[in-house]
Amino acid sequence: MAVGTQYLAEQPRLRTSSMVLGLIAIAALLAAPFFFYPVMLMSVLCFALFACAFNLLIGYVGLLSFGHAAFFGGAAYFTAHAAKVWGLEPLTSILIGVAGAAVMGLIIGFVAIRRQGIYFAMITLALSQMFAFICLQVPFTHGEDGIQGVPRGNLLGLIDLNQPLAMYYVTLAIFLFGFFAIWRIVNSPFGNILKAIRENERRAVSLGYRVDRYKLGAFVMSAALAGLAGGTKAIVFQFATLTDVQWQMSGEVILMTLLGGIGTMIGPIVGAGLVIALQNYLAASDFPVTVLIGIIFVICVLLFRRGIVGEIIELMRRKSKDAS
Amino acid sequence: MSTIFGVPAPALYGQILIGLINGSFYAMLSLGLAVIFGLLRVINFAHGAQYMLGAFAAYLLLTYTGIGYWPALVLAPLIVGAIAVLIERFMLSRLYGIDPLYGLLLTFGLALILEGAFRHWFGAAGQPYAAPPQLTGALNLGFMFMPIYRGWVVVASLVVCIGTWLLIEKTRLGAYLRSATENATLVQAFGVNVPLLLTLTYGLGAALAALAGVLAAPIYQVSPLMGTNLIIIVFAVVVVGGMGSILGAIVTGYMLGVLEGLTKVFYPEASSIVIFVVMAIVLLVRPAGLFGREE
Repeated sequence: MAVGTQYLAEQPRLRTSSMVLGLIAIAALLAAPFFFYPVMLMSVLCFALFACAFNLLIGYVGLLSFGHAAFFGGAAYFTAHAAKVWGLEPLTSILIGVAGAAVMGLIIGFVAIRRQGIYFAMITLALSQMFAFICLQVPFTHGEDGIQGVPRGNLLGLIDLNQPLAMYYVTLAIFLFGFFAIWRIVNSPFGNILKAIRENERRAVSLGYRVDRYKLGAFVMSAALAGLAGGTKAIVFQFATLTDVQWQMSGEVILMTLLGGIGTMIGPIVGAGLVIALQNYLAASDFPVTVLIGIIFVICVLLFRRGIVGEIIELMRRKSKDAS
Repeated sequence: MSTIFGVPAPALYGQILIGLINGSFYAMLSLGLAVIFGLLRVINFAHGAQYMLGAFAAYLLLTYTGIGYWPALVLAPLIVGAIAVLIERFMLSRLYGIDPLYGLLLTFGLALILEGAFRHWFGAAGQPYAAPPQLTGALNLGFMFMPIYRGWVVVASLVVCIGTWLLIEKTRLGAYLRSATENATLVQAFGVNVPLLLTLTYGLGAALAALAGVLAAPIYQVSPLMGTNLIIIVFAVVVVGGMGSILGAIVTGYMLGVLEGLTKVFYPEASSIVIFVVMAIVLLVRPAGLFGREE
């Protein structure tokens, strides 16, 4: 059984109930900055989008990338450079980050899809580590200091992003755009072929699909969306550092997705929210965050591999089976 | 002073020696990874943490009980091997038969726990560990001075690698191991205790990592982060060599270590990425790896 294939054999259509839930969620997100600290909310939104982008690959193609930090952190560098050194408008800067991440995705993906499964994970990890070493040495990243003091600027020359609420709603809009894009990809004919590859790659080949091209396409899309998250994060937090390109970050996004539920649409969002909340909570205490992240990893793998959302879906499915 | 390709000869020899030493560790660690993967189908992400644990075991034995280098060379692998046996029994064994990626994720989590805990207790800075008095000083080889301890590490790692290779290729236990790799169900039907074999293999692999850790302690400082940074490079080594053959893992380890050393002489900026570049090229030309079989 491949990772993420436990369920989702059929894609739920957009039923009225999930539409109502979605509208409630959006309304809650719109109201959230009046109840919570906006900076933390924006952090959750950026990482949730990052985790959703990662989930596109593991959940729907069955490829475990251990190097997604390269796209997230790489885009953060590109966006920060464009906004600070070139003085570009924030949305353009973010798009430059996205484009950069997509190109990196094309290069890394082209090499990595030559192997499958466990090798794919090791290769993406090694290549992203190489990128981290490069970031440490080239001058434009400013090494250990990172790019600090990135201006938020005026969105399209109209909206001043230095106001927290404006920045929050722009981040929310970007997140919703990314989430919708992933939803569209997953539910398109293209997405169905990806799922077919996940379920049985040889059969997909025998049906005449050029599997490598589909995998590479999905990899580039996932990288670009991870870049969208990273670029947005650089504008929100006004810096880009080595932390975002290192393997620990790749591990964190895996954890968020695993904890929430691989192969579910909202699992990665739940996972991202929980992990960020835990990190914020632990930042004040003495307990080492890395240890806790490791413990959650072990518990997830041993006890609930479907993740929180995945287990809930499974529970509801069993209930409805019993009822019928 | 003599020069080779415009580089002073002693500098060149020095870097080749450093490359050989790094290669010794790449070889020992990728060997352990290959042995574990061959039978358990698990990529042991905790391998780096177990290497770090070995170095720390030597350091702690010396600091708190006064037990020196030579006993530690035996004790540390035993301790880490015992911990690994418990990990296999209670955690990894639950994951056999499902997607091998979960094994990778589990051992990744374990690596984070070990690394985080040691960083919490000892800080990120390294602790010094002195080489034993018998192995201090330097030898004059005529063309260069070689610190005795470094020579010892190269020799010791060669002995360990060849020993492990002989164990797997020439002994009865090794024959069981190889046959279980091919077809575990059949071997079990012949009355071999395969679950025990799996446990021992994981313990052996971890013990090898710990032994490498003790050997590394006097060269690199004993630090919580020494393992994970190394293991990612070893992953690349394993991809280059292909995990099909034990000998392949060993040869690739030394080869890439020396290549890295040479890069440090001729183009230092690229020395930290050269192994990854080689990996990418090998994947493009021969995806199964230099010694691997196409699956």
